[in-house]
Amino acid sequence: MKLRFVHPGSSAAKAPVDHEFAVVVDGLTKNFGKFVAVDHVSFRVKRGEVFGFLGPNGAGKSTTIRMLCGLFSPTAGSATVGGFDIATRPDDVKSQIGYMSQRFSLYEDLTVEQNINFYGGIYGLDGLRLEKRKRWAIEMAGLRGKEAMLAHALSGGWRQRLALGCSILHEPPILFLDEPTGGVDPVSRRNFWDLIYDLSHTGVTVFVTTHYMDEAEHCNTIGLIYNGKLISIGSPTELKHGLDRYAIYEVQSSSPVDAMEFLRRQSWVAETSIFGSAFHVSILNDPHSKKKIQQLLTKEGVRVDRIEQIIPSLEDVFINRIAEEDAQRNGTIH
Amino acid sequence: MKNILHIIRKEFLQLRQDRKMFGISFIAPVFQLIILGYAATFDVSDIPMAVCDFDNSPSSRMLIQNFTSTEYFRVAGYFDRTSEVDHQLDDGHASLAVIIPRGFEKKIGAGQPAPLQVIADGTETSTAGIGLSYASIIISRYSQNILLESLVKRGSVTLPARVSAEFRVWYNPELKSRNFMVPGVLGLLLMVMTMLLTSLAIVKEKELGTLEQLVVTPIKPYQLIIGKLAPFFLIGVVDVILVVFFASWIFNLPVKGGELLLLFLSLIFLMTTLGLGLFISTISRTQQQAMMTAIFFFMLPMMFFSGFVFPIENMPVIIQYVSYLIPLRYYFVIVRGLFLKGVGLDILWQQAVALLLFGGLILSMSVMRFQKKLG
Repeated sequence: MKLRFVHPGSSAAKAPVDHEFAVVVDGLTKNFGKFVAVDHVSFRVKRGEVFGFLGPNGAGKSTTIRMLCGLFSPTAGSATVGGFDIATRPDDVKSQIGYMSQRFSLYEDLTVEQNINFYGGIYGLDGLRLEKRKRWAIEMAGLRGKEAMLAHALSGGWRQRLALGCSILHEPPILFLDEPTGGVDPVSRRNFWDLIYDLSHTGVTVFVTTHYMDEAEHCNTIGLIYNGKLISIGSPTELKHGLDRYAIYEVQSSSPVDAMEFLRRQSWVAETSIFGSAFHVSILNDPHSKKKIQQLLTKEGVRVDRIEQIIPSLEDVFINRIAEEDAQRNGTIH
Repeated sequence: MKNILHIIRKEFLQLRQDRKMFGISFIAPVFQLIILGYAATFDVSDIPMAVCDFDNSPSSRMLIQNFTSTEYFRVAGYFDRTSEVDHQLDDGHASLAVIIPRGFEKKIGAGQPAPLQVIADGTETSTAGIGLSYASIIISRYSQNILLESLVKRGSVTLPARVSAEFRVWYNPELKSRNFMVPGVLGLLLMVMTMLLTSLAIVKEKELGTLEQLVVTPIKPYQLIIGKLAPFFLIGVVDVILVVFFASWIFNLPVKGGELLLLFLSLIFLMTTLGLGLFISTISRTQQQAMMTAIFFFMLPMMFFSGFVFPIENMPVIIQYVSYLIPLRYYFVIVRGLFLKGVGLDILWQQAVALLLFGGLILSMSVMRFQKKLG
């Protein structure tokens, strides 16, 4: 087997047309029986960007990524990865991508080096190039001196970085990461994202799913997915500004639970959610909102220590979008 | 081709890492061969017999001596009361009881029928059956002798003509069940080793998620399948060689029909077991499921219906037809033919064709299912 990968630096040899977009998804749909896991999703991922797919568990993130990697075939719609159609040219797609899932796919009964040798071999690396990439992967994962350790003896962060190393030994121009940091400690998560940035700087397109808001902040573009539908897409800043129909207030009060309960009953309150010792209220834009909150809570006998309007966090955006989506759905049902 | 080699090398690295599994693959065959060769025997000898001789005459003692002079029976004890005989059978000290009533000799002398009672413990059906048939042979021979003696005493000049048969048992003259078992063990072993290990090795990758990881690499499904099956194919070949070696070394059972022919036909049989192993892996999600499916839906029914334990001719007609679907059935004919009869391909070609068809069918079906699952 001659290797057929395309180096990110070199011009995408056989990949036709699209130099701007690494991934183009058009009306992609996946049904499992009657259950619609992914519902007519369309979006584009620019070359070299970090694209985050954000959504709760079961929203359809993994199903989408698995269709793009050729693990599932779509029920309807189409997509190209690296310029190749996933339905008609899956083998070419495979030569363009690296894939790493949450379940670190290493052989636990092989050593660090044996794992690298195996995946390198499967990707068609040999001789000098394999040696070079092996050294790179071991350095990157911080596993120097541990080459002969069995993979199952490695701690979570190491395993995850080794898995990443194994999945990009062949230097793919596009990298799919499916909840790569699940079950990994915060320091390792931080280190992992540094690696993702480094890769992105060398021109690699990174497509990552997550449900961590702070991770989503690191992405160039975020797609919010909920119940199989893409409900918002844009840069973190765009998403936050997209919420300008609402004003978000952070309220510090003597009994936040009661206060949220009172507020939720008001027609002018869109959503409340707890944030540390305070809570956030989002309200359809109205210059008197702050006063209204103050008055209501004082009337109900809740002491208000502080109210201030804040710039929405991604979590606010996420919660509001989901609430909107749910309201719309219920509206259509009733 | 290189990709296949990468998978095979990885498979052996994993096998070597798992020392227990490595041992099981090569030591278990020899172990099982020896155990089944020595212990799994249908031969019945030294049946413990309780004797209750109320007559205590030369004739009755002569009859009992006829029993004990064969290697089939030994006296577990002499008893005076039938209740004691019951007790012996109850607690298993005796499997057979012979009760000779008072007046046995007198009746013989008077030329009257002389009844006696033989009781067998039916919980062990085969021992009881074989013991009773031996007993009836011994007793009828005894009564024949009495008849002849009385004719001679009466001075009959010509003895009545007798039909006498000369019995010869071919291929296994001593009717040793070991000679019947040892070749059969080869079939069982190959089935267990290759079918079970193959399905486990594939399902393990499913469980760990490495299969998914392999699917996103440029490796082709056929390369993956060959790479996964080849190591177990090799283990199967080594097991054949081990069994052939130990069968002739320990049990003095050489392959009369030729080792190479046996190896060749075993390779065809391996197609069927590897195909079944791959099939099981496509219908199981966890290693436990694969294990249970392999044991209860494939290995046990195959063992029982293939003629390894029970003769196929004695099975209900429907089951006999079912047995045609069991590759082990054909392989048993092959190994017994090669080890015991020393026949060649001119006799065994039908079995070989059946295995080839079955193997081709199950392998291609499993490969298709496997590829569909991957895609």
